[in-house]
Amino acid sequence: MKRLALVVLAVGVACSPDQSKNGTSSATPAAQRSGSVDLTGAGATFPYPLYSKWFADYAAKTGVKINYQSIGSGGGIRQLSEGTVDFGASDSPMSDDEISKAKGPVLHFPTVLGAVAVTYNVPEVTAQLKLTGPVLADIFTGKIKKWNDAQIATLNAGVKLPSTDILVVHRSDGSGTTFVFTDYLSSVSKTWAVSPGRGKEVPWPVGLGGKGNEGVAGQIKQTPGGIGYVELAYAKQNNLPFALIQNAAGKFVAPSSAGATAAAASVAAKLPANTDYRLSIVNAAGADAYPISSFTWILVYEQQADSVKAKKLIDFLRWALADGESQATSLDYAPLPASMSTQLQARLNTIKIGTTK
Amino acid sequence: MTDASARLSAKQWFSAERIAESLKAARYGDRAYTAVTTAFAVLIPLLLLLIAISITIAAWPALSQFGWSFITQSEWNVGAGKFGAAPAIYGTLVSSAVALIIATPLALGVSIFLSEIAPKWLRQPVGFLVDLLAAIPSVVYGLWGVFVLIPLLRDPVGPFLSDTLHLGKTPLFSGPNYGYSMLAAGIILAIMILPFISAVTREVLLAVPRSQREAALALGATRWEMIRDAVIPYARSGIIGGIILGLGRALGETMAVTMLIGNRPEISASLFAPGYTMASLIANEFSEATSDLHVSALMAVGAVLFAVTLIVNALARWLVWRVTRASRR
Repeated sequence: MKRLALVVLAVGVACSPDQSKNGTSSATPAAQRSGSVDLTGAGATFPYPLYSKWFADYAAKTGVKINYQSIGSGGGIRQLSEGTVDFGASDSPMSDDEISKAKGPVLHFPTVLGAVAVTYNVPEVTAQLKLTGPVLADIFTGKIKKWNDAQIATLNAGVKLPSTDILVVHRSDGSGTTFVFTDYLSSVSKTWAVSPGRGKEVPWPVGLGGKGNEGVAGQIKQTPGGIGYVELAYAKQNNLPFALIQNAAGKFVAPSSAGATAAAASVAAKLPANTDYRLSIVNAAGADAYPISSFTWILVYEQQADSVKAKKLIDFLRWALADGESQATSLDYAPLPASMSTQLQARLNTIKIGTTK
Repeated sequence: MTDASARLSAKQWFSAERIAESLKAARYGDRAYTAVTTAFAVLIPLLLLLIAISITIAAWPALSQFGWSFITQSEWNVGAGKFGAAPAIYGTLVSSAVALIIATPLALGVSIFLSEIAPKWLRQPVGFLVDLLAAIPSVVYGLWGVFVLIPLLRDPVGPFLSDTLHLGKTPLFSGPNYGYSMLAAGIILAIMILPFISAVTREVLLAVPRSQREAALALGATRWEMIRDAVIPYARSGIIGGIILGLGRALGETMAVTMLIGNRPEISASLFAPGYTMASLIANEFSEATSDLHVSALMAVGAVLFAVTLIVNALARWLVWRVTRASRR
């Protein structure tokens, strides 16, 4: 036991400088360091690589420093509702119920788009598989059990499919990626819409759960017959195979940032003037639209009490929606359609500064 | 102090005044010492109590809404606002039990070998290596499990258990074997708690008096008989204490288990089937939980985990008490 204690101690000492560094950088309240940080935000992990590039570039350009904690969309919404951050970020829009619990009306600003890729591990098949929404729904409810099922075979004429069992892999942690995927399945399958429905975590009828994109991808990679969904950026950066999905126009499209932007453009073209931008763009119309796409949002209060912070926040968002968008593609995010980013920049003027109501 | 006291003559040294003075000083020291240690001793249970209270308060909305069905129901549906934690409770208990079943004999074997059989030069390095297992971070165990243990379980181990040993006919090893399973979680937990059990057990075995061993040998016992009849019974309560320590670790372990158990909230008799644990459930869902009821339900899972750990520990203490009482008779 003494020796064990020594080992534990040694490891503790070895780790501690690192931990304390992390501790101070993430745990120190923003207020204490107001000298160095101008704005604080928290939320979604999905857009974090892009956001951190934005914040770095913006700080270099203007000197305004933004501290963002990628603690997950749920955490972002909670922190915004409690007023502990200046803005939140989420991969799924806040529900009316969630907004009603916040300290005032919340505005949703879409920033970029992401797509969800369906990845699989069928070693016998070298061609890219084609799938439709209803077939995906049947696979994920466990109705289609084998890869050589007639429904898959008719979509993939000429491909020799093995008789291996299908193993569904889904996210075990709550995730915006799951929300987008189940939102899509709900829009193409009435039975899916009833149960399990859409959400950041749903009661999956079959399959294994993996934590994070890497957990899902890892389980699929190791299991012949596996199928699951991951963010497009993750699938591309790790060279995962992905399926072509039939869109609303009947075309089979590969997930791509261009496909996501096309989906957003087709939805944006038909927007009412008073939209609150809590939009679902799954299964959007348009020949090039990739059907499993979604916005990610930055959430801000409509009524801003602190005028200095509010101005900085609005200036940043204006920069992000204009100059920031051009950086999206290089990091595998899809930029907003140009018309939409113009509309959103105009919408920034609706943020009210000052405490008067 | 020593110089001054050395200069005192023997008569002064033994004078009533000096002795009274030093006793008085000692009493103050004693009192301060008593006060400080008592404060510390009170602080820990107080902390435990505060944690229990705050978790229960946070969990109350879910606990009061679902009552007993929270721990008996299997449906966990965030969208529908239905929360039943039975599969997670089951998974926590079963994965820990599997871990104990595997780890206990291994840890006992290692400790007995190191304390009784191994030559002196081997004790230090082997003991150190076993202890080192405790220093590996949980996530590294998880990665090792994903890349080494899971493929092994899927190919030679799973088919060996179910087909070669014909255990596939028993419910315990039936059904498809994907590798990600209760068994994988149990095995990884076993490796993780092994150093804790063996470290305690080894020290306890080393603390058995020589006379105990010599007496057994003098009665004509072989080395094995000496270990079995004289050393282990003497160290029994300590060994059980080590096992409890390991069990406590297994119940709360999160990261490695989450990576290997398959995260499926279902109760299945088969160890090949994926499962879920309470710690994994909290780790998976807490960061994205937004509705008050969902957060409260996760807190309730925390409260149940807390209670389960307490109950298991209390049961184990009771076991130790019974064993020691029985051995004294």
